[in-house]
Amino acid sequence: MNPGRRVFLRMAGSAAVATAAGAALGCVASEARRRRLGMAIDVQKCVADNGCRACIDACHRAHNVPAIPDVRHEVKWIWKEPFERAFAVEDRDTVTASLRGQPVPVFCNHCDNPPCVRVCPTQATWARDDGVVTIDEHRCIGCRYCVAACPYGSRSFNWVDPRPFVPAPLSAYPTRTRGVVEKCNLCEERLAVGQLPACVEACPERAMVFGDLRDPASNVRRVLAEQYSLRRKPELGTRPQLYYVI
Amino acid sequence: MRDRVLILCGLGLFLAVVTWPAWRTLASAPAPPPELARPVGSTRCVAPVEFMRASHMTLLVQWRDRVVRDGVRTYVDRDGREVRMSLTGTCIGACHTDKTKFCDRCHDYAKVTPTCWNCHVVPPAGPPAGGVR
Repeated sequence: MNPGRRVFLRMAGSAAVATAAGAALGCVASEARRRRLGMAIDVQKCVADNGCRACIDACHRAHNVPAIPDVRHEVKWIWKEPFERAFAVEDRDTVTASLRGQPVPVFCNHCDNPPCVRVCPTQATWARDDGVVTIDEHRCIGCRYCVAACPYGSRSFNWVDPRPFVPAPLSAYPTRTRGVVEKCNLCEERLAVGQLPACVEACPERAMVFGDLRDPASNVRRVLAEQYSLRRKPELGTRPQLYYVI
Repeated sequence: MRDRVLILCGLGLFLAVVTWPAWRTLASAPAPPPELARPVGSTRCVAPVEFMRASHMTLLVQWRDRVVRDGVRTYVDRDGREVRMSLTGTCIGACHTDKTKFCDRCHDYAKVTPTCWNCHVVPPAGPPAGGVR
């Protein structure tokens, strides 16, 4: 091997190592900077105010969600589901026995491994860097693959023009049109201006705690460290980021 | 070819009927350009008038993609002003407060029906919110 070739190989080798190290460092750094938004919902506090619709009303008002009486065409971002329908716990389970039949708020879980995102043929729905699974309504073609893929039923399709069912739409947020899918966007438009999600703000029991799941000092992490929580259908591997404190 | 005259007359009549709208338009005086309401409290748009007149949809689509896809909500215009990228919040909300006297008049004149308003909600017409901030 002549010296020129040896020098070249050594330089190429060290360049490759330096590139790999740089990429790894950059990856670690950006991972540390990134937020992972999520929520803890205290089910006990929520059922204490049985019949309350504060979170639903606040969300649906803020996002011009239509109130369509025909259940086949219903559109909903957040709603309440009996505990045993939200969570597949065994009938003999004693820990959750008192919660059976109690309504718990359910909405998009903003999964870490969202099946809706994987199936969208137009990339109209995607997970942002901070974990919010959102929809670009301009790009939705209404194929409803995502509706079928979501194991939580969090997505609604606009079978009819929703505008007549929004009596006084707010201009701050658009309505949707016939033929697109919609769901909870974790109030990304409110987060952008430093506000909390509308449901979190509206809850009279302060049952919903929102925050950065990557920040060990955040309120949501503190709640989750202190109390036992469930996630919906964890066996599916979608890694939901809504935690229900029971 | 005994029917030559008849056929030629029929063809002539057909052409006259089909091209009638074109002749009529050429003969009549051009329609007066729409009278657009000028914004109150703001005198300078985020881009030159000529550009906005011809290509405002290009700008709006860029704004849309920046806000929806990239999460960037502020636009720095030619004067260095920071503007919130929002059709209903900035364009309509701050400057062209009466959509019917600005957007609609020109769209009617050009016979175009943008689908923006199928979803985006027109804020109630009122005094401008202090122009472009």
